[in-house]
Amino acid sequence: MNFSGLIARKELKGYFDSPSAYIILVAFLLLNAWFFTSPLFINNQADLRTLFGIVPIVYIFFIPAITMGLLARERNTGTIELLTTLPLKDSEIIMGKFWAAIGLIATGLLFTLFHLLTIIVLGTNIDYGQIICGYLGLLLLGAVYGSIGIFASSLTDNQIVGFIISFFIIFILYILQFTLYLLPSSLVGFFQYLSIGYHFSNITRGVIDTRNIVYFVSLIVLFLHLSIISLQTRKWK
Amino acid sequence: MIQLQNLVKDYGSLRAVDQINFEINEGEILGFLGPNGAGKSTTLKMITCYLTPTAGNIHVKDLNVLNNSQEIRKLIGYLPENNPLYIEMTVYDYLKFIAEIREIPDFKLRLKEVIERCGLHGVVAKPIQTLSKGFKQRVGLAQAIIHDPKILILDEPTSGLDPNQIAEIRDLIIELGREKTLIISSHILQEVQAVCDRIVIIHNGKIVADGSTEELKSNFQNKTRLILNLIAAENEIPDLLVKVPDVKLLSVTPRANDELEVILEYDVKQDLRKNIYEYIKTREWILLEMNRDRVSLEDVFRNLTVTQGGE
Repeated sequence: MNFSGLIARKELKGYFDSPSAYIILVAFLLLNAWFFTSPLFINNQADLRTLFGIVPIVYIFFIPAITMGLLARERNTGTIELLTTLPLKDSEIIMGKFWAAIGLIATGLLFTLFHLLTIIVLGTNIDYGQIICGYLGLLLLGAVYGSIGIFASSLTDNQIVGFIISFFIIFILYILQFTLYLLPSSLVGFFQYLSIGYHFSNITRGVIDTRNIVYFVSLIVLFLHLSIISLQTRKWK
Repeated sequence: MIQLQNLVKDYGSLRAVDQINFEINEGEILGFLGPNGAGKSTTLKMITCYLTPTAGNIHVKDLNVLNNSQEIRKLIGYLPENNPLYIEMTVYDYLKFIAEIREIPDFKLRLKEVIERCGLHGVVAKPIQTLSKGFKQRVGLAQAIIHDPKILILDEPTSGLDPNQIAEIRDLIIELGREKTLIISSHILQEVQAVCDRIVIIHNGKIVADGSTEELKSNFQNKTRLILNLIAAENEIPDLLVKVPDVKLLSVTPRANDELEVILEYDVKQDLRKNIYEYIKTREWILLEMNRDRVSLEDVFRNLTVTQGGE
């Protein structure tokens, strides 16, 4: 049996039993709503492109905030010892935390569907394919950031430090796309491939290319794997 | 049941556990004793597969911690030091979570038994953070025994509790110890003395003593001390030594009201109290008190962990 589901359920229940998840979700939704609706009538376009532009930026704060405690708090309170002496694999622990983070991110995204409703009411000729791709991209992006957040959280027993580390990694991945002009042209292609914005904008344009999917999935696998290694280092310290 | 072989654990350059060897038999209640920082918790953490040994190995039945960590964890119930709990969960949710990971088939029934066992009536629906320390400890114990493990490992189970709570938890542990192989670590001697069949004392990562409480006492003390309170002339006291030759006079101290405190010592193998009393009867002395100073395990412990601890 795989126990990651049990851990995910426990974490999700923990999120919604405490006020923190609600505060973070409300902040996430308010920020998105503000930046989405204020230019909506100026642009006069019945699409969610502004939303797909703003969510990745809000993610930079939102995702570190929801992942910062996932492992750091266990280390801080000592419950990590409880968890890791139960008959659980380290990978099950990390995956459980990961699914919980995805669950909360998906909940946040679910509420943004309200904006879709707005444009359905207001506009015509809505490109649903593009919207579905956009949401897929947001979910994948959230998963990448979530795995980074879990990795950062696994490095420390201090939630704030966890937040700062994941904020920095995510921020660097995000701004990479804006620094390309500084690079010698021979390197641009390489760094463009590394930058998360490049792959994300491809998906939100409505094109699902395996190269982009491979990029996202390999980042997720990389950071989850690093988290497992980080969790295992306790044994050898 | 559990076998520790040449166990070593280094934290960087610090050797926390240094070549430990001992065996715990099935059904035994073992007290693992040592001052703070002696390596008790580190050793227990290696048995429970939280830490991996730097060298050596631990066998549990025919499994070992290096290769069969998952199977060993299933056999062990563990209460870590400081009793970490998910304090925001209710007792019910918490025990359910543990039970699900432990794959307990009939959770409802088992929960009832555990609640009964650990005296958790009335708090099952409460969040753990609202409970008193004594109840938290019971929840920790409930967590450790919920899968009815063969082996129970409790790391300082009574630290931080008040005397009433200590007595309650101790009774609970004695109860649990009847059917399980039990390891309890502590830096408090009386606690271990009250509960355990056998005591292993660890100091600076090394085992300095291993045996039953009686064995430990006799191994480390071969003299009996007798404290007398007498009314007698001080210069007459040495007469006693002539009549009872095997006795050594340690001190004679005058006290208030013409009383003398006399401390005698003799080999533990013979009981000379009778001879001493018989002699005192022949004199004009008045015997007020006679006390045998039993060597407590406390002395043994202090001896082993302070005087030998010169490193």
